[in-house]
Amino acid sequence: MANHPDAAAAKTGDLKLSSLTKSFGDFLAVDDLDLVIPKGSFFALLGPSGCGKTTTLRMIAGLEEPTSGKIYLGDTDLTDTKSYRRPVNTVFQNYALFPHLTIFENVAFGLRRRGIKDVKEAVEKVLALVELAHLRDRKPTQLSGGQQQRIAVARAIVNRPALLLLDEPLGALDLKLRRQMQIELKWIQTEVGITFVHVTHDQEEAMTMADTIAVMNEGRIEQLGSPADLYENPKTAFVANFLGQSNFIKGTLESTSGADQFVNLQGTRIAIPAARNSSTHKSLLVGIRPEKFRIHNVGDSTTGNKLEGGIVTDISFVGVSTQYQVEMPWKQELMIFEQNDGGAPNLRKGDAVTLSWEPHFTFALDGDEDVTSGLSGADAE
Amino acid sequence: MAFAHAGTATASKPGRAGMRIPYLLLLPGLLWLFMFFILPLINLAETSTKTAVAGGETGSYEQTFRLQNYVDAFSENSAQFSRSFIYALLSTLLALAISYPLAYAIAFKSGKYKNILLVLVIAPFFTSFLLRTIAWKQILGAEGPVISVLRTLHLIGADTSITATAFAVVTGMTYNFLPFMTLPIYASLERIDPRLMEASGDLYANGLTTFRRVTFPLSMPGVVAGTLLTFIPAAGDYVNAQILGNPTTKMIGNVIDSRFFRIVDYPTAAALSFTLMAAILILVTVYIRRAGTDELV
Repeated sequence: MANHPDAAAAKTGDLKLSSLTKSFGDFLAVDDLDLVIPKGSFFALLGPSGCGKTTTLRMIAGLEEPTSGKIYLGDTDLTDTKSYRRPVNTVFQNYALFPHLTIFENVAFGLRRRGIKDVKEAVEKVLALVELAHLRDRKPTQLSGGQQQRIAVARAIVNRPALLLLDEPLGALDLKLRRQMQIELKWIQTEVGITFVHVTHDQEEAMTMADTIAVMNEGRIEQLGSPADLYENPKTAFVANFLGQSNFIKGTLESTSGADQFVNLQGTRIAIPAARNSSTHKSLLVGIRPEKFRIHNVGDSTTGNKLEGGIVTDISFVGVSTQYQVEMPWKQELMIFEQNDGGAPNLRKGDAVTLSWEPHFTFALDGDEDVTSGLSGADAE
Repeated sequence: MAFAHAGTATASKPGRAGMRIPYLLLLPGLLWLFMFFILPLINLAETSTKTAVAGGETGSYEQTFRLQNYVDAFSENSAQFSRSFIYALLSTLLALAISYPLAYAIAFKSGKYKNILLVLVIAPFFTSFLLRTIAWKQILGAEGPVISVLRTLHLIGADTSITATAFAVVTGMTYNFLPFMTLPIYASLERIDPRLMEASGDLYANGLTTFRRVTFPLSMPGVVAGTLLTFIPAAGDYVNAQILGNPTTKMIGNVIDSRFFRIVDYPTAAALSFTLMAAILILVTVYIRRAGTDELV
């Protein structure tokens, strides 16, 4: 067993993917991917189904061979290392617990294969961590979905891998359990300090848990950043649409003065911070999230940017907020979310309104971006 | 997999009317079994303790409840009994050794040829059991391919024959019962979630360890079913020994056959049948207990 990797002693460090490519026949699943995942981080690969995120994960795990490119962990090249020799463990979608083994033996599996002593102590410790020590003699089929999920995590982290991969780990759980597990997984990650790479199509799940998110689309990374950064300052329409909702309005850049830029937005001059304009062109697509708008009766005083001439075409009350559809003079419907905290006027369908928002909540993209990109993906599965 | 099990366990809570339907569905099968299994069995039990009518015609027997029939039947034929079980065991092991790799290849490595290979496994069933056994005799015969290959390789002498030997009987049985071994093993392997093997590899098990610790244990239900489906008919078989064997390879099936149809000694034949049935039942029970696969099925 001497040549087996001891995950704890293995050289660890940042995970580096270099020009990683995978094609299945004519289909390019992962396209020349370059990515550095810092040691100890909780990293999410987020994207619609078929974007290449799972293929990327499987290549890191060694379950799929890259067509070209390299995978490094610290200074070690893992590209040609067999899956069973990598200091990497995976929490599989639907968990893949061994049905013929007890919970204890499931968790002990990796330790036994590496010939580790004190299996009992390590397994008991990790079962206590996931609070399922009392189920050690059960078989996986006797456990609930949430319990199986925690055992799958325990079975992986007991090996103290340099890297823990999670493949849509919460996909099979119901909403309430999913919320709870999100918090638990985040807590476990902080507790054990292992690098987590989490693959998901659920933007909320990624935003809740990850420090850093890479949004993937068609085998490439669209944008990488913190959840807040991706949400507030998306660089492409795909990212803006995949994480939350956006209103896109076509505009033209008029002038720049210092840190501010002025844009002609369908005849109205508005201000945006230059730092939030990711385009170099004059023709822009200006994005404003629905909850950033304030809705006013015509003639009320406003601050920041202002758009006039809106007509309310639809109102829906959803508890914490009210959602308005407002038709603008250029025949575009805008979506506005207002908190139900008494700040918004009492409006009815057909009322004329003025919209305002703070300039620093605006982002601007290239005018030739496809405004529908990422829309279908957000609802996938 | 886990969810599928949980689902079937909790899904149906039939009402009172629904409770009766399963029994109604069982009725034709139960009637059939009663007519053609239970009644003959009672008849057989009754016959097994009869004795010949003194001075009567051949084949006329009267009920005397003579249990000594069993002792006589067994002690006179213990050689054939043990031969039956040894041959059955050998052909079961041989069939397992051939079937497991075959089933594994079909389940995991055959790709688009999977269905063709499965049809090929079942294909021999399209001809009669008897014809196949006679064909096997030709294959092993003096002019057949097996003998000429073995001779060319100098593995056997020029005048050695392999027909009418124990070897021929065992290989014949192996050949005839092979699909009964292959299909259950294939079905078991095919059901295994490939992610379990990936998970094993992910947890530091190499290919061989994955097979020993994950794939093989999970295929045990198929192995148990296959060995039973091979061993039970093989132990009672007499066609292979009849066609491929010689007088020294007689199995218990041959004895029963000759007692019933040639000597017309019904009580002994019936006692032998019962003894065989009991022996198989005990062996199978011990085997299933030892294999302990009930949780996997």
